[in-house]
Amino acid sequence: MLAAILSLGCIGLVAAIALGFAAKKFAVEVDPRELAAMEVLPGANCGACGFPGCAGYAKALVAGTIDLNQCPPGGADVVAKLARILGVEASASERQLAVVLCQGDNRRAQVKYQYLGLADCTAAQKIAGGPKACPGGCLGLASCQRACPFDAIEMTDDGLAVISREKCTGCRKCVAVCPRNVIRMTPYESEIHVLCNSHDKGAIVRKYCQIGCIGCHICKKTIPEAYKVEDFLATVIYGQDEEAVEAIGKCPTKCIRDFSDGYPEGSKLLPVAAEKPHAA
Amino acid sequence: MKLKTFTGGIHPPDNKQWSSHKAIEDCPLPAEFVVPMAQHIGAPAVASVEVGQSVSKGQEIGSAKGFVSVPVHAPTSGEVVAVESRPHPWGTSLPAVVIKPDGEDCWSTDLQPGDPGSLTVDEIVEKVRLAGVVGMGGAAFPAHVKMSPPPEKKISTLIFNGVECEPYLTADHRMMLEEPERILQGVALLQYVFGAERVVIGIEANKPDAIALLEKECAGAPVEILPLQVKYPQGAEKQLIAAVTGREVPSGGLPMDIGVAVHNVSTAAAVADAVLFGRPLIERVCTVTGPAIREPKNLLIRIGTPLSHLVQVCGGLTEDPGKIVLGGPMMGFTQLDFDVPATRGTSGLLLLRDEDVDRQEEGPCIRCSRCVQACPMHLLPTTIAAYSRRDLVAEASEYCAMDCIECGCCSYVCPARIPLVQAIRYGKAAILAKKRSS
Repeated sequence: MLAAILSLGCIGLVAAIALGFAAKKFAVEVDPRELAAMEVLPGANCGACGFPGCAGYAKALVAGTIDLNQCPPGGADVVAKLARILGVEASASERQLAVVLCQGDNRRAQVKYQYLGLADCTAAQKIAGGPKACPGGCLGLASCQRACPFDAIEMTDDGLAVISREKCTGCRKCVAVCPRNVIRMTPYESEIHVLCNSHDKGAIVRKYCQIGCIGCHICKKTIPEAYKVEDFLATVIYGQDEEAVEAIGKCPTKCIRDFSDGYPEGSKLLPVAAEKPHAA
Repeated sequence: MKLKTFTGGIHPPDNKQWSSHKAIEDCPLPAEFVVPMAQHIGAPAVASVEVGQSVSKGQEIGSAKGFVSVPVHAPTSGEVVAVESRPHPWGTSLPAVVIKPDGEDCWSTDLQPGDPGSLTVDEIVEKVRLAGVVGMGGAAFPAHVKMSPPPEKKISTLIFNGVECEPYLTADHRMMLEEPERILQGVALLQYVFGAERVVIGIEANKPDAIALLEKECAGAPVEILPLQVKYPQGAEKQLIAAVTGREVPSGGLPMDIGVAVHNVSTAAAVADAVLFGRPLIERVCTVTGPAIREPKNLLIRIGTPLSHLVQVCGGLTEDPGKIVLGGPMMGFTQLDFDVPATRGTSGLLLLRDEDVDRQEEGPCIRCSRCVQACPMHLLPTTIAAYSRRDLVAEASEYCAMDCIECGCCSYVCPARIPLVQAIRYGKAAILAKKRSS
């Protein structure tokens, strides 16, 4: 009994001394600022900064090889905290938001053929340019939803991706994965968007989508400074929501949408409850 | 005697009875030809004519761009009415030359007939290139590239592919029955080019008439006619080589690595036309068949004939088709409508009724391993597909996804209707993209 206690105790003591020595001798120097930065970063390892994970970004920050506004999920809050840790001036980046520029779900947009293959937008896009007749419309196979690390994307029952304004952190993962380039980054403050991504002529758009932009220029004629029309597709010139709102009622196909009035039809995401500064 | 074959494969109903007894008919000229510039593997040709220009039959209208590319020729004489992007069988709009026939159908005077006795190997290969000859089996790989192996690769066995294992298609079968002289002229030319010791024409045993006829025609010639077991994909290059020689093409390699070259029998006929008569590849035999067409036929079509014209020539449709397939049902390309033209690779136009199309939804894999048994390349389709779907590119590559020949056996046998080939193709594209970016 005693022999057992003694021998085990001795082994323990030797091991403890060896470990203690090794910990001192072979210690890896970690900049405390790096650890502090890691604490502050969101820890989602989303890759929006260009590094595989938050640790890589933290390291680069301490090394001073990258700006501190490269973490869209963290937003201005994280930038301010990082600036304090690193002792530099904060230059807050504008918060951005991903928006699906399409309202053509399976009820309102035509398909070219019945697709029964892999439930993946990139795979579907390779087959005659995707089942949706519109060359730019959302394919609705949820590749973006699977790519989103923040659970911010919802698929409606009629097959349309809708991105939550609350949950989206602007990490651009969905933008990278979408084969049709229908998801765009927009300024967070802008709530008015032309939800269409088709550059076809109006007569062609009308054949395959009830709610697509036909390039009629009415929005641009109403508010020339807030809209531009290129290749038969109108887009909002962001940052002028107060003016842009006036054209919404004039759009003949209802493809201009004000997100402060709620999400596109069919979405279960709740309408944005924030007060509407531009709707006087 | 037990017939030779490969391991794996499947036995789909061959459905050749619709058209195998029908003699090849000349297809009347359509009102307009749409000749795509991209009809072969490799760089597309570039249009070399202008709108309003009049062209004669066989005149070059698109010039080759690079070595792995072939020129494109006018299918008939007439006027160029447009040079623009038109719907293409590959699913997108691609550059094409649109020709309105003048009805004269007169050959270009530039064509130079050749005397095979006085031509060198290089001259023959050049004539084949200028004639725009591509593999007629469906993949449309430029023939002159296959005919110019590097000097260190000695071709000892030359195989001609008369297998036609795709269900429904009978174009090569009819070619062998009706044009054996042209095929054998091409065989002799290719044998001369490669200097091969052994020449074999492989034919599936379900074409006994073609086997008997070619055996009679080849009596005394150093050409072996080899009947092969009826099995899909017996006509795939690597499977045909395995059946004929017992050799396996190494992973990532080419048939020339083991001293073999494979050409389709119809390609041999096209080579004969090109070398002996200087005629470019502007027509081919196409089987228009399926339960939804009124009168299935084997048609001699000009390249660029719109599919709608082929349907019209075959008496129209019996009902709205459930699926329009260009090529065979296993490896053909489904089309959206009849607005696309036939190309050099169009071996068939298959029209299925709605009830012939399997529209079952995908279910979970039950690990039955039927796809593994069916795979003629001895791969694990379900594993590669699973890796591909999860974007595990390195793993898919490790399981030899790039060796998949996309024959469709695995998808055909899968009881869960998993789109295995589509998933593997998706993985292959990801592997290639990764290779390019690194």
